[in-house]
Amino acid sequence: MKQNLKKTAFAHRLDVLEMCYGHKAGHIGGSMSCMDILTVLYYDVMDIEKIKTKAADRDRFIMSKGHCAEAYYAVLAGTGFIGKEELDTFTAFDTRLAEHPSHKIPGVEIATGALGHGLPVGVGMALGLRDEAPKAHVYVLMGDGELAEGSVWEASMAAAKYRLSNLTCIIDRNRLQISGGTEEVMPLDELGEKYRAFGFEVIRCNGHDYEALGRALRTRHPGKPMALIADTVKGFGSPVMEDKAPWHHAIPTAEQYEQIKADLMKAMEEG
Amino acid sequence: MTKVSSRKAFTARLLECGRQDKSIWAIATDSRGSVTLNGFCDELTDQFIECGIAEQDAVGIAAGLAKTGKNVFVTGPACFLAARSYEQIKVDVAYNKTNVKIIGVSAGVSYGPLGCTHTTMHDFAGMRALPNITVVAPSDDVQTRWLTGELAKVQGPFYVRMGRGDVEGVYEAGESFSLGRAKTVREGTDVTIIACGEMVAPSVHAAELLKAWGIGARVLDMFTIKPLDEEAVRRACLETGGIVTVEEHSTLGGLGEAVSHVAAELAKAPVKTLGLPEEVIIGKNSELFAYYGLTAENIAAGAKALIGA
Repeated sequence: MKQNLKKTAFAHRLDVLEMCYGHKAGHIGGSMSCMDILTVLYYDVMDIEKIKTKAADRDRFIMSKGHCAEAYYAVLAGTGFIGKEELDTFTAFDTRLAEHPSHKIPGVEIATGALGHGLPVGVGMALGLRDEAPKAHVYVLMGDGELAEGSVWEASMAAAKYRLSNLTCIIDRNRLQISGGTEEVMPLDELGEKYRAFGFEVIRCNGHDYEALGRALRTRHPGKPMALIADTVKGFGSPVMEDKAPWHHAIPTAEQYEQIKADLMKAMEEG
Repeated sequence: MTKVSSRKAFTARLLECGRQDKSIWAIATDSRGSVTLNGFCDELTDQFIECGIAEQDAVGIAAGLAKTGKNVFVTGPACFLAARSYEQIKVDVAYNKTNVKIIGVSAGVSYGPLGCTHTTMHDFAGMRALPNITVVAPSDDVQTRWLTGELAKVQGPFYVRMGRGDVEGVYEAGESFSLGRAKTVREGTDVTIIACGEMVAPSVHAAELLKAWGIGARVLDMFTIKPLDEEAVRRACLETGGIVTVEEHSTLGGLGEAVSHVAAELAKAPVKTLGLPEEVIIGKNSELFAYYGLTAENIAAGAKALIGA
């Protein structure tokens, strides 16, 4: 399903904008920052036909930063796990599409939304798969603010101990969280050094560079789990939102909505 | 009857099941000794994960393993497993309905001399409030052995709580049980004692004391705390003069309140709940049971007073 990844990612950013603006809900900033990672994973790296048929040797994806569910939903709709019309039910009464993803949605391996849960679950999956389905790979997407959760580092130690080369944790390094900058709230400092110290092979790349992401997500290291630090911009795609902490979960005004939409469409058309 | 600890009965049976079924995995939290999992760990190396002192990680890993088709037993002292990893139990296990069996050992006041950090008075209350999870507290080694065999076959989630020390046997080997159904240990129509876990044996002794006083006590082993055998509680309300509940847990949120909830709807029989108060003092579990009135003598006296006999 190789296609113009940039066009696809920006089309999905427009889906996110419609969900957040239309339903006055969601976490638009982080959804925009992680969209290129999700797009590359689902349209380029993972074999989604295996995921659709629930093949035992399918790759697993865990959206540990579950609050950016609308980005995930846009990609799941774009790749045919759910109907595109279902996106209109985002946060509505009795919907499947809450602000955090449920395992009841086709394609979602495990419900997430409480931070610091994805990596331990991913370690468990990688342990369960490594002998029986050695080609299946487990991807866990975390926010950088999430890394303050101690369970992330408990799981990092276990991933290294068990030499889980079938596990990649991806950090959406947008440097902002709900209260402000990550370095003010709880400094991560030299994040790559932390992961190296914990026994990971570390790659750092521009989280909005499709080719770099594709290469990084395909990289494996014998006997070591991978950490991909994807440098991203919160609210990526429109100067209205970019790199501004309040856009963690702000809802655009009508005027902002029009401007963001115009910015996203322009980027999409540039392809 | 022999005295065997439930945790040893559990690990002995789990090892047998794990030899037969390679999908059975066990996880420890630097707790293989305290759970008595050394045999499993040494023999079934490929089915054993040691997480270290990291209960949150252990439960998350258990959920992930379960999602790849494993039947996972995550084990550790209940005081930590049922508290430190409560959110992982809520989200990764209960809400996601993963095939995970959470085995909390040395629960209640088993670790009495170790102080307030090591008591587990809250686990029934916490687990009962979560969706999808079956809560079980076996009463002796025979029942634990049976339960472990069941857990090897049925889908989770389960929370199982066991004590630490050797417990008095309640059942003869080979006794049959049914998950979700109270086991009637003694028949009687004057009063009913409903107990679970290590409180079943003293409840049976209480029934013997009551018998000597001319009172016929029914004793129900309510080893499945959730879902509760509501029908057995209703029958006790309608067929006997009152119910005494006995548990090694806070009187808030545990077996007593579960039973009271059903009894209140019928409003036919009084209920007295015996358990642990909001007070932690230090001592061996036998000393603490005596102090808190979780003894055959006190259970019998409570039952007698309840029905005004």
